Amino acid sequence: MTDSEVLLQQLITGLSNGMIIALIALGYTMVYGIVELINFAHGDLFMIGAFFALTLVTMLGITPEQVTAMQIVLLFTLVPIFCGGVNWLIDRLAYRHLRRAPRLVPLVSSIGVSFVLMNIGLWWGGTKLVGEGSAQAAASPKDFPALIPYQEVFNFGSVAVTSKDLLVILVTIPLMVLLTVVIKYSRSGNAMRAIAQDPVAARLMGVDVDFVIGRTFMLGGALAGVASVMYSLYNNTIHFQSGFRAGIDAFAAAILGGIGNLPGAVLGGIVIGLVRAMSDQYIATSWTNAVVFAVLIIVLVFRPSGLLGRRVKERV
Amino acid sequence: MNNCTRTLITHSLSPSLLKSSLTGGLLSIIIALSTPLPALSQETIKIVSSLPRTGSANAQSTSIVNGLQLALDEVENKVGNFRISLMDWDDASPERGQWDPAIEAANAERAIADAQVMIYVGPYNSGAAKISLPKLNQAGLATISGFATWPGLTKPGVGEANEPAVYQPSGKKNLFRVIPADDIQGAVAAKWASELKAKRVFVLHDRELYGKGIAEMFRKSAKDLQIEIVGFEGIDAKAANYKSLVTKIRQHKPDLVYFGGTTQTNGGQILKDLRTGGVAVPMMVPDGCFENAFILAAGKGNVEGSTYFTFGGVPPQSLTGKGAQFVANYRKRHGSDPEAYAVYGYEVGRVAIDAIRRAGVADRDAIRKAIAETKDFDGVLGKWSFDQNGDTTLRIMSGNTVVNGEFKFDRLLEG
Repeated sequence: MTDSEVLLQQLITGLSNGMIIALIALGYTMVYGIVELINFAHGDLFMIGAFFALTLVTMLGITPEQVTAMQIVLLFTLVPIFCGGVNWLIDRLAYRHLRRAPRLVPLVSSIGVSFVLMNIGLWWGGTKLVGEGSAQAAASPKDFPALIPYQEVFNFGSVAVTSKDLLVILVTIPLMVLLTVVIKYSRSGNAMRAIAQDPVAARLMGVDVDFVIGRTFMLGGALAGVASVMYSLYNNTIHFQSGFRAGIDAFAAAILGGIGNLPGAVLGGIVIGLVRAMSDQYIATSWTNAVVFAVLIIVLVFRPSGLLGRRVKERV
Repeated sequence: MNNCTRTLITHSLSPSLLKSSLTGGLLSIIIALSTPLPALSQETIKIVSSLPRTGSANAQSTSIVNGLQLALDEVENKVGNFRISLMDWDDASPERGQWDPAIEAANAERAIADAQVMIYVGPYNSGAAKISLPKLNQAGLATISGFATWPGLTKPGVGEANEPAVYQPSGKKNLFRVIPADDIQGAVAAKWASELKAKRVFVLHDRELYGKGIAEMFRKSAKDLQIEIVGFEGIDAKAANYKSLVTKIRQHKPDLVYFGGTTQTNGGQILKDLRTGGVAVPMMVPDGCFENAFILAAGKGNVEGSTYFTFGGVPPQSLTGKGAQFVANYRKRHGSDPEAYAVYGYEVGRVAIDAIRRAGVADRDAIRKAIAETKDFDGVLGKWSFDQNGDTTLRIMSGNTVVNGEFKFDRLLEG
């Protein structure tokens, strides 16, 4: 591989990884935008989604040899519904009672939820539902069948764009466009933005605040669900702690882009994916985490409200 | 029951005495109850095992404890006048999914505080050993491990500069290992790589004590064997994937990738990304990956044939003589095959029994000395002794591959 080919290959890898981070970051930033809560349980919700996906694959007997497009679509439908429902339930049970509490209270509560989910993941990994032999090794990484085969779709020299990279791009971009349209132009999107600006005024105008917040959690959860299916298909490994790392990366992406800002979260995710790939290639893998956070700090020094964040109080 | 006690009890229960002096009677009851009854209670010696009983290493730990118990069962938990009791403790936490420094430290302190504990078995992980060893050494509690294989734990000059003195604040040696250490494993791995005609090797490690240590030993030995090391990198064990790293590896055109690490530090994911990232060369891993959990994590198809596992001993299926007998007994007792380390658990148990018998007293230092003096021991793995560092004199290891989804012994490697 020539140097430019290596660079191109790393850009593709970084972009794919970044888009998965971006999808998770969207959930963080949406919830923050509307209730000003950093929902630390979001990464773990994503992990739970991955276990649900693996359970579906096992139960339906989907194998890499005879997988159909319909089954993939089914995964991309059922898992987001599941995650959306769980996230709605988490809000209903853990956060809704704390709406008027000081801001740190729901934050701590979300850390608690995160631990609960992590331990559910640990338990889930030990059940027979996630593949053979797993009962002995609850905490070890689980293999997710390679339903999307590794195939070069096209290549430039020795640079390969694979079916997996393509899947990430083909799912993520339309989803982001759709999300933007919904938030900007739909009635419920208007309601969400109204609450983000001023919950009291929105309530006075007849917006059912709790209902809309619940729906935002559902939407954010569904995005985590899409991300978890994509992550599982892309990396083919799931682990009960993978939500923690994914959550940290996504949280950093949301901050980098300007928390509360949807395009910012996407940009932040992609930047972090690219920085990771570049650091792996040109610095050293062992420095990558430090490099990512150094970039975050530098950006925040010059733009305290993130790349696309504005100082004005307009969120979502 | 001796005479004195009997008199006291009869006395205290006699109605006339109760009538005449109630207080005096009560007093003698109390005296009677607090006097030990030697003939009834045999003296107990406790052996503590501190192993990860939570998380993916648990299958391995269960097997070790089973092996240990099998050794104790053979003598019906009795050595001379002593009743031997095995305390099976966990040093892992669900949060970490593997050994936890806080729990390992607490286990060591608990064992030290219990005067009946004479031998500490474990820990499984070398990182955990670093934490508990100084405490155990200070207390003079003999520790036998068949699992923690970081060379610096016992050997001077191969680990950090302050090793192993830092683990021996009392100046005495208290760690004894029935398994060869990693410096030998790194060396035999390099030897195997050269037998496989590898010329260019890319070395990865997980930046932990065990993984990095073994990778460094590998690098050193490989250079001596004229193998070119084209890269040496620490990975982020919690990363989602290693696709960018694989692109970098591909650039260096290695004909073998060596990973110093474990299943828990994401060895399976590296293998997966190598296979899908256009690096179709074999990967060699140490015994931290030599467990079924690794095959499950990496996916059977990826491991098959092209992954080489070194193991600091001989796998259960390839044992002969006493070892084969152990495997047969284990199967009969537990209905399943022992994992790789079970036989070392068994060997630890036998060494412990032998030492307690020779010491003949329930005294920590006497037992520690007796273990150190283990010589020409007729073990399951052959005849061996403890050398001056407390390591086994055996240097035989094995190379293994995966065939049809199961580990298969490939060859013996001598360091």
